[in-house]
Amino acid sequence: MMNVMNGVNEVNLWSAATAVDQGNPVESGVETTYALEAKSVFKTYASDQGPIQAVAGVSLQVGAGEYVALVGPSGSGKTTLLSMLAALLQPTSGQILLDGQDLVKMNDRRRVALRREKIGFTFQANNLIPYLTAVENVELMLRLNGRLDQAGKQRARELLARLGLGERMNSLPSQMSGGQQQRVAIARALIHNPSLVLADEPTASLDTGRAYQVVETFAELIHEQKHAGIMVTHDLRMCEFVDRVLQMQDGKLVRVDTGSVEIRQLISGGRHP
Amino acid sequence: MNIFESVTISSYLAVKEIWRSRGRFFLVSLVIALITLLVLFIAALGEGLGNGNREYISRLNAQLIVYQAKSDLLIQASRLSRDRLNAIRRVEGVADAGMLGTANATLAVDGNLQPLKVALLGVEPGHTGEPPVIAGRQFSTANAREVIIDRNTALRSRLSVDDTLTLRVTQGTDDRFYDLRVVGVTSSQQYSLQPSIFTPFNNWDRVRPKSEAEVDVSNPVANVILVRLVDPAQVEAVSRRLVSQVNRIETATLSAAIEALPGYTAQQSTLNTQGGFSLFIGVLVIGGFFQIQILQKVAQIGVLKAIGVGNPLVAAAAVLQIVITTVVGVAIGSLLTFLFSLTFPPTIPIVFNGTTSTIAVAALLLIGPLGGLVSIRYAVRIEPLKALGLAS
Repeated sequence: MMNVMNGVNEVNLWSAATAVDQGNPVESGVETTYALEAKSVFKTYASDQGPIQAVAGVSLQVGAGEYVALVGPSGSGKTTLLSMLAALLQPTSGQILLDGQDLVKMNDRRRVALRREKIGFTFQANNLIPYLTAVENVELMLRLNGRLDQAGKQRARELLARLGLGERMNSLPSQMSGGQQQRVAIARALIHNPSLVLADEPTASLDTGRAYQVVETFAELIHEQKHAGIMVTHDLRMCEFVDRVLQMQDGKLVRVDTGSVEIRQLISGGRHP
Repeated sequence: MNIFESVTISSYLAVKEIWRSRGRFFLVSLVIALITLLVLFIAALGEGLGNGNREYISRLNAQLIVYQAKSDLLIQASRLSRDRLNAIRRVEGVADAGMLGTANATLAVDGNLQPLKVALLGVEPGHTGEPPVIAGRQFSTANAREVIIDRNTALRSRLSVDDTLTLRVTQGTDDRFYDLRVVGVTSSQQYSLQPSIFTPFNNWDRVRPKSEAEVDVSNPVANVILVRLVDPAQVEAVSRRLVSQVNRIETATLSAAIEALPGYTAQQSTLNTQGGFSLFIGVLVIGGFFQIQILQKVAQIGVLKAIGVGNPLVAAAAVLQIVITTVVGVAIGSLLTFLFSLTFPPTIPIVFNGTTSTIAVAALLLIGPLGGLVSIRYAVRIEPLKALGLAS
């Protein structure tokens, strides 16, 4: 743990923390396959002032059914890391494995297909396609994956109903509130049963009450449907519903909070690295 | 994702967006419809004016027109006497030849109608140049005081077969009136932008406008001689033979003769330029609209790309929207043009020819994708990271 605090950024730190706090199977010698695994990922940008290291050797693992929060001050590299995990940005070096497939070695076409099949997204805003109704937005992921049959349509409706949008199925995004739109985005991110669900500041445009509700539902569904979930947030209060909190600073993972006590301490103390 | 799935999804996205924003897309279609109206009218005007000049010549059952030498293929400037006709008829490869005399006259009509200015054409009965009738009969004799009127003359003067018309012509310093019997009506055969009246050549020489010196003198001189060939494929060979065997003549094919009509080429190129510019404006309008549309949709396209919609699908949806908007606009414009055309009197030289209209419509349908090329390129280059504000 001290190594982390001193800025020595190793995946083992996270694993160690997990092992200590939660009895991680890695420590017990059992072979574990993670849904997502990042190994020594770097991202360097060229600039007039010389190279800028946005992500500096981050390693992490997220298992199926785990919901992880990625927090850190602005400019800490969390959005860049999320973009690389989402196969939207190529790392300068390192390895990112999703269901054992290396994203870094894939060509553009394969990465597009991977995003469609194995990843679910929600963004801060502009989440939904404005000319599609709530149910059409959700069904779009099934349509794109060639899985829009009667059962799929039924599932989309059930998921929306569960998210409290039973009366809003046929509403356009412009006819819904920010919270309702965010819940439709959650349904869209989950409907095609992806391995990894990524949420970038999903509560940024919501009031506190609505934000809690959205994140809690999201966490419930991730746990229940066994997706690996990562949420980038600047709001530490939203960490109440996650299994682990990864704190980033200057492109590095500098702290891992695991277990309800540690996370509650983080939330109440507002303890940022 | 196979091609069929890609087409289905891009169609789904394109049609959904058009339907949910139908007001906006309809307005663009309406602009395209107005451009279509303009382009089709310019094309029809070009066809109408061109027709007015060339209609009689283009419908001739002849392959060559013989002019007086050095007349620069100007029918009015050419003078050919009957002995030249006989010489031409003797040339090998010539099946038939007939004299054509051209003049202008005024048709005195009854009632409230305005006097009608017509092209008075003298042709030889039974020979090349005499138009086939669609009602009534052909001329009875070479000297008959009969006329065949074209459909335009019939429509404007309300004359029909067996009526008698009165021609007013100036001969010397006097206005003279000639009563002639309408024996037949032929299809529209405009000449020199005027409706036509045909009469046997000998009668034409009697009733045509004359100068003081020509009055009461009978020396029939035609303007040109129309030649029908035994084998139309031998145009060049027979033309060479004619020029070498008949004194002081020059020849032209029908298309060359049409091109040489006074003002014809200039008129057509002016109208073609107008049509071209209208299409160019169409390209700019469609290009501008779709470019603005794509700029407004950057975030939305970013989301689509982020959730796994590839560039081919984004481009296909954009192309489809452009095609649908253009097709709807062209269809509305064509319908409007058709409805307007029903209200035009025959005096307006607007002719909707199948070929010209088809070319204009095809050009209009092409300008959509052409105008949208820039916006499609822009859509394909949108980076989802930047569009979603995730770029560092």
